[in-house]
Amino acid sequence: MKADRHFSPLHALPTPYEVRSTRGCRARRLLWGAVVALPLLLAASSQGESAPPISRSGGRLVLDLRAEPQSFNPVLASDRVSRTIIRRLMADLIHIDRQTQETVPALAHRISASEDGKSFELELREGLRFSDGEPLTAEDVLFSFEVYLDPAMGSPNRDLLLIDGEPVRVTRSGERGIRFELAEPYAVGDRLFDSLAILPRHRLEKPYRAGRLAETWGLGTPAEEIVGLGPFRLRRYVPGERIELERNPHYWKRDEHGERLPYLDELVFRFVPNGDAQVVRFEAGETHMIHGLSAESFDRLARRPEPRGYVLRDVGPQLRYEILVLNQNPLEGRDLPEIEARQKWFRNDDFRRALSAAVDRDSMVRLIYRGRATPIAAPLTRANKLWHNAELPPPERSVETSRTLLRNAGFDWSPGGLLVDPNGRPVRFSIATSSSNQQRQKMAAILQEDLRQIGIEITIVTLEFRALVDRVVNTFEYDAAILGLGGGDVDPNGEMNVWLSTGSNHLWHLGQTRPATPWEEEVDSLMTRQLIELHRPTRKAMYDRVQALVAHHVPFVFLVSPNLLVGAHRDLGHFDPAVLDHSTLWNVEHLYWMDRAPKPRDGRRNP
Amino acid sequence: MTAPRRPSAPWLAILTLLGVYLLAAGADFFAPYDAASQDRSSPSTPPTRLRLVDAEGTWHLRPFIYPWKEIEGRFGEYEEDVRSPRPLRFFVRSEALGEGTGRRFFGITGPQRISLLGTDELGRDQLSRLLVGARVSLGASFLATGMALGLGWPAGLLAGFYGGRAQSLLMRGSELFMVLPWFYLLLGFRAFLPLEVSPLLAFLTTVLLIGAMGWARPARMVHAVAARARSRESVLAARGFGASDLYLLRRHILPATAAVALTQAALLLPRTILAEVTLSFLGLGMSEPWPSWGTLLAEAQSLAVLETRTWMLWPAAALALVVMSYHRIAGLLQQRLGAMS
Repeated sequence: MKADRHFSPLHALPTPYEVRSTRGCRARRLLWGAVVALPLLLAASSQGESAPPISRSGGRLVLDLRAEPQSFNPVLASDRVSRTIIRRLMADLIHIDRQTQETVPALAHRISASEDGKSFELELREGLRFSDGEPLTAEDVLFSFEVYLDPAMGSPNRDLLLIDGEPVRVTRSGERGIRFELAEPYAVGDRLFDSLAILPRHRLEKPYRAGRLAETWGLGTPAEEIVGLGPFRLRRYVPGERIELERNPHYWKRDEHGERLPYLDELVFRFVPNGDAQVVRFEAGETHMIHGLSAESFDRLARRPEPRGYVLRDVGPQLRYEILVLNQNPLEGRDLPEIEARQKWFRNDDFRRALSAAVDRDSMVRLIYRGRATPIAAPLTRANKLWHNAELPPPERSVETSRTLLRNAGFDWSPGGLLVDPNGRPVRFSIATSSSNQQRQKMAAILQEDLRQIGIEITIVTLEFRALVDRVVNTFEYDAAILGLGGGDVDPNGEMNVWLSTGSNHLWHLGQTRPATPWEEEVDSLMTRQLIELHRPTRKAMYDRVQALVAHHVPFVFLVSPNLLVGAHRDLGHFDPAVLDHSTLWNVEHLYWMDRAPKPRDGRRNP
Repeated sequence: MTAPRRPSAPWLAILTLLGVYLLAAGADFFAPYDAASQDRSSPSTPPTRLRLVDAEGTWHLRPFIYPWKEIEGRFGEYEEDVRSPRPLRFFVRSEALGEGTGRRFFGITGPQRISLLGTDELGRDQLSRLLVGARVSLGASFLATGMALGLGWPAGLLAGFYGGRAQSLLMRGSELFMVLPWFYLLLGFRAFLPLEVSPLLAFLTTVLLIGAMGWARPARMVHAVAARARSRESVLAARGFGASDLYLLRRHILPATAAVALTQAALLLPRTILAEVTLSFLGLGMSEPWPSWGTLLAEAQSLAVLETRTWMLWPAAALALVVMSYHRIAGLLQQRLGAMS
C-alpha cells in the first residue's frame, strides 16, 4: 500500500512553472531571491517547517453518499446523511477531536469549569462571522440553545442538554462570554457541545418566533439562505443527483502558516445508493474518498497493481460491535408461552457464558471479514483509546469449557447428542437476523454450526430489518437476534442507554423499573456515579469495572468489531481517518490537493 | 418469400428439464457433501480441476484431483497441492467423506474435499448447494403452480360454463388479484409469521401463498376457452339429449381446457421459480443453512464475485437454463394450441 504523502518542505519548492519569468530580469531576480530567501530559510530551519510559498488552496473533492439528505435544518435533522452535510456547513462551540478523542476549543476559545463541575464559562473567539458575513455574537449562542431546549421544537439534541432531567441554563456573561449552569455536576460537560450547531439568529429568529422553524431550511430552501459557521456553505442541491458545497470565505480557522481554511474550493456529494457502484467510481477516480468499504472490496482494491490512484487505510476496530442478544424481557400477559419457557435458559448466566465460549469468533473474523475485524468478549475495543479496559482477556473458544458450564448449570445431553435442560426439554431456539445483511446471516450460520457442536439446535430466521427491530424493542417476540451496537462517542456516557437498567438500548431486558439482578444494580450505580465523577482516573476505574461486569455476566454474546476500511485519492493531503464519526471528513478543512500541477485559469486543480 | 419454419420438437428442452429434475430429486446421492457442511479451512476455493495427467505428465486412467492449498499469508488465494493427489471414487460411502450415512455418487477420501463448482465463504461445497437448492427451488415451483392451477382451473371452468354472475365474480376477483402488490403482501406475511415455525414450514407456506396469488391468470384463460366451448354444437347437442352439467363439464368442457391449462402450467412453473428466487435473493426465502437458487444468487450479488469468484454464478446459469427450457416448451404448446383452434 502506498503511504500518504503529507506536506513537506520539499513540496514547498517552487515548480518550474512558477519561477518562469522574463529572461532580462533573471539575474536580478535571482539575486533578490537569494536576499529574500536566505533569512526565510534560516527562519524555517529554526522552526522545523517553512511557510509554503504556494498556496494549498483550491480544488474540488467529490465523494458518494448512499442516500439523499432529509433536511438542512440542524435543529431537527436526525438522519446520518443530513448530519454529514450539516456538519460541514455548521460549527460548534467545543469540538471533539476525532483523532485524539479529546475536546478542543472551536468557536469558543476559552473554557473554564467550576470546581463543583456544575457550571462552565465559555468565551467566543473574536471576529467570527457567519458564511453570509454577519458577525457571530453571544446572542446567537443564546438563541441557539433556546431553540434546542424548546420542547415544542422536538430537537433530538434536547435530551443531551438535560442533566438529571433539568435543562442546561444558558446566560450571557460579558460581551463574548456565555455561562452554562447544570443542575448536577457533569463529568464531561464540555463534550455536550460537540456537533451542536450555532444558529444564525438574524436568519432564524423570525421563523422561530412565528412557529415555522421546523419548516425552515428544508431541501427546497435557496442555497444563499442557509448560513452557518462551518468550513463550507451550500452552493447547489440537485435532487436525485448531488449537493455542491463551496468554501466559506468567512471561516475562522487558519493553518499554521496563516492561510485561511478550508483549502478546498468545493466539496461535492453525489448520491449513489449501491456500495459496489461507489467502489467502481472510486477506483475509476470519479470520487476521491470512500469509507465503510467491505473487507472484500478493500482487498480487491488493495490487490490492484501499482501505480494506483488511491491509498487505502485499515484503521482497525471501530466503536461498533456485533452482538447476539438473548431475550430476557418479562413476557407476562403477552401470550408467548414457548419463548417464556426458553427464557429460563437465557436468564442463566452459565448458559450464556457457555454460548459465548462455544462461538468461533476467529472464524467469523477470517471468513466473513477476511481478517479485518477483531473478536470481542466485551463491548469496547482498543478503538476507544481513552476508556478500553485492557485488562480483560480476549475471547477464547473452548467447547470443553462450554460443556462444563452447561453441565454445572444442570444441562445434560440426550443419547443423540442433543442438549437437554434440567427438565428434560431439548434446547432449541431461533436466531433472528436482518434479511438485508449478508454478513449477519453468515454469522448466524457460523453460530448455528458452533452451537450444534454443544448439542443446541438453532433455527435461523431472516426478517426485514424494521420487522426485526419491532420484535426486539416492542413485541419481544423472538428468542435471540444478531444486531449491531455502538458507534457514538467514546465517552462512557455514550453507552448509558445500553448499560443502565432503564436504558432504551438495554436490549436483553428493556423497561426495567428497578435492576433485575444484583450485577445490573452495581452497573447502574457505577454508571450513575461516573456521570458526576470529575476525577478522570476514578471514572476510568468505574468504567473498567462496568466492562468487567458485562464481560463476566455476558448479557450479550459479544461477537466481533469490524475494522474501519477507507480510501482516498493518493494526492489528497492530510487524509487522516478516525474511528469517530465522520471518519474521513472530520478534518475536511485541512484536506488539500498535493499535486503541484499548474493551476488552470479558473483556479481549479482537479485531479 | 420463405415458408414459416416448422417449430422443431422441444426434445432438448424436455431432456434438459428431465436431467435437472433427476439431479434435484437425487441431490442427496449426487451431491458429494451435505449442503450445510462447512469446511472453514477452505473458504471461497475455486472449482477443483479433474485431471487425467499428473504434474509429471503421466497419464492415469482414473480421474484424480490436486486439492487446493491456501497460499501462505494470502487470504483466499489458493494453489494446487501437487504432492497429495486424490483419486476420484464413485459410489463412495458417505462415512468415508465424513458426511453421515448412505452412498454418494462420487467423492474423494481423506481430509481434503473435492468441490467441482468451488466453495462459498464458509467453505460449503457449491455443487452440493446447487443440487439441494435445485430441489428446493424446483419443488417450490411445483407446489406453487399446483396451487395456482388447483384454484384457477376449476374457477375458470365453472365461470366460463355457467356465465352470468359467476363470470362477473371471477372477472372482478381476478382483476383484484392481478393488481395486488403481491410482493409486499409476502413481506408482510413473513414479518408476522411466528418464529417458532420451522424455516421449512415457513418457506412452504410462503410458496403456497405465491401459488394462491397466481390463480387469476390461468382462471381467466381457462374461462375464455370454457365460455367458447359451451356454445359449441357438440355441447348444445349433448345438452339437447339431456346431458347433465356435470357430464358436460367432464366430457366436453374440461378436455377443451386441458391444453390451455397445460400451457399455463408451463408458463407458471418458471414464473414461480423466479418468484421464489426473488424472495430468497432478498433474504426472505429459505433460511440459512439450507440453500435455494435464490439464496445462492444472493451470495453472489457483489462486484468481487463477478471479478474473482465467478463460480458463485453457476446457479444463475442453471436458472436461465431451466426457465428457457420451460419457455421453449410453453411456446410450442401455444403454437400447437393455436393450430388446433
